[in-house]
Amino acid sequence: MSIRQAMLAILEQGPMYGYQLRAEFEQRTGETWPLNIGQVYTTLTRLERDGLVEVVGHGGADDQADQGERHVSYRATEAGRSEVSEWFATPVPRSQPPRDELAIKLAIAVTIPGVDVATIIQRQRSATMASLQDYTRLKRTGRAATPEEPADLAWSLVLDALVFDAEAEVRWLDHCEARLRRAALDRPPVRRDAPAAAPSEEIVR
Amino acid sequence: MNAVLHLASVSRVHGEGATEVHALRSVTFRAHPGELVAVMGPSGSGKSTLLTLAGGLDAPTSGSVWIEGTDLATLDNAGRARMRRTSVGYVFQDFNLIPALTAAENVALPRELDGEKGRIARRLALTALEEVGIVDLADRFPDEMSGGQQQRVAIARAIVGERRLILADEPTGALDTDTGEEILRLLRARCDAGAAGVMVTHEARHAAWADRVVFLRDGVVVDETGADEPEILLAGDRA
Ligand SMILES: Nc1ncnc2c1ncn2[C@@H]1O[C@H](COP(=O)(O)OP(=O)(O)OP(=O)(O)O)[C@@H](O)[C@H]1O
Ligand SMILES: [Mg+2]
Repeated sequence: MSIRQAMLAILEQGPMYGYQLRAEFEQRTGETWPLNIGQVYTTLTRLERDGLVEVVGHGGADDQADQGERHVSYRATEAGRSEVSEWFATPVPRSQPPRDELAIKLAIAVTIPGVDVATIIQRQRSATMASLQDYTRLKRTGRAATPEEPADLAWSLVLDALVFDAEAEVRWLDHCEARLRRAALDRPPVRRDAPAAAPSEEIVR
Repeated sequence: MNAVLHLASVSRVHGEGATEVHALRSVTFRAHPGELVAVMGPSGSGKSTLLTLAGGLDAPTSGSVWIEGTDLATLDNAGRARMRRTSVGYVFQDFNLIPALTAAENVALPRELDGEKGRIARRLALTALEEVGIVDLADRFPDEMSGGQQQRVAIARAIVGERRLILADEPTGALDTDTGEEILRLLRARCDAGAAGVMVTHEARHAAWADRVVFLRDGVVVDETGADEPEILLAGDRA
């Protein structure tokens, strides 16, 4: 999982305790993929078990943490470093696309008689467009607009990824809308009383 | 805040009888000072029609178009032309540059027609060309420029001087990603400085620069984002 390797890669820069690690992660990615601190320490514990990080003593300055365990700093081991190199050297696989709720929703919707797919598409497009407006606002104001540090640049690239993603979704929705309209023109409207299997065959063709 | 542009139940029908086309059906639309509105929709949905009506280049079949509190139907041709030159900047989908004039002359033309001295009009034109990043092409003719460069001349012509309303039909159509973004930055800045802007675009990433995105389909506004901002709700109560 990428969070594990991302944490490991950040630890390569020097020893850190959990809160620092989380702050460094969010410096680069905003709050796009929020990490809860419990998750950070669970991951660190597993990394330590696997010999990828080691404890380097107790820094006392962490006032955010109460428990002794949370004052512990970690650093990447030799094995940890090679895992990071391996991660950077290997493309992220596309063989198993992440589950796409919208694609699944539309795939189901077009096969069920009586579902107003056009409205689903329009609502989704407005909602996605509104997110795209938010990302764009973040991009043209704030630290992503005039990146001064590498972490700001990283954050602005993450925003770009969100922009491209949302844009692709809007394009795909436009495409679905156009195809459904064409399909509706090409054949008589689906009968409401048709057996459930029949319309799905026609549309999925 | 009063709307700079107000379309009140505007319809536009082309042709008659069997060939009748309802390009817009009872559309109500406003753009306020400081606001950039994007219009999106499939080809043929009425986007350009909306813009030409807003710019007084065409008249509605029914309903009325108001610019800064003036009903365009109450103006004669000369009055409408004057309104277009002074208050409205228009970027056409096909640029609409005059081939016999250089870039600077194209941009200066509306100011000159409005009685500005040639020298001042040229200086304003050069400033506008500078803003769109092609001041070095000021003395070229349209057919000596690339599509993207011509588009930037068209945009310079629309922003020259103090336009209160900027209407742009696919202003980024012929531009690469970076140049397109520069143009949006420019439109955005004009609106942030108090102009009202309406921009037709196919590109979601460009529409995202707007405060509000209006979706047209078959001549009807089917949805819009950002419409529930309190300021707009308040302003929406007035003409
Ligand atoms: N002068 C005209 N005579 C007849 N029909 C017209 C005329 N102008 C536009 N139309 C029709 O009105 C409808 C809306 O056209 P409009 O140009 O506003 O579409 P649009 O949304 O700008 O499309 P595009 O994305 O292709 O530019 C279309 O069906 C078009 O064919
Ligand atoms: Mg058009």
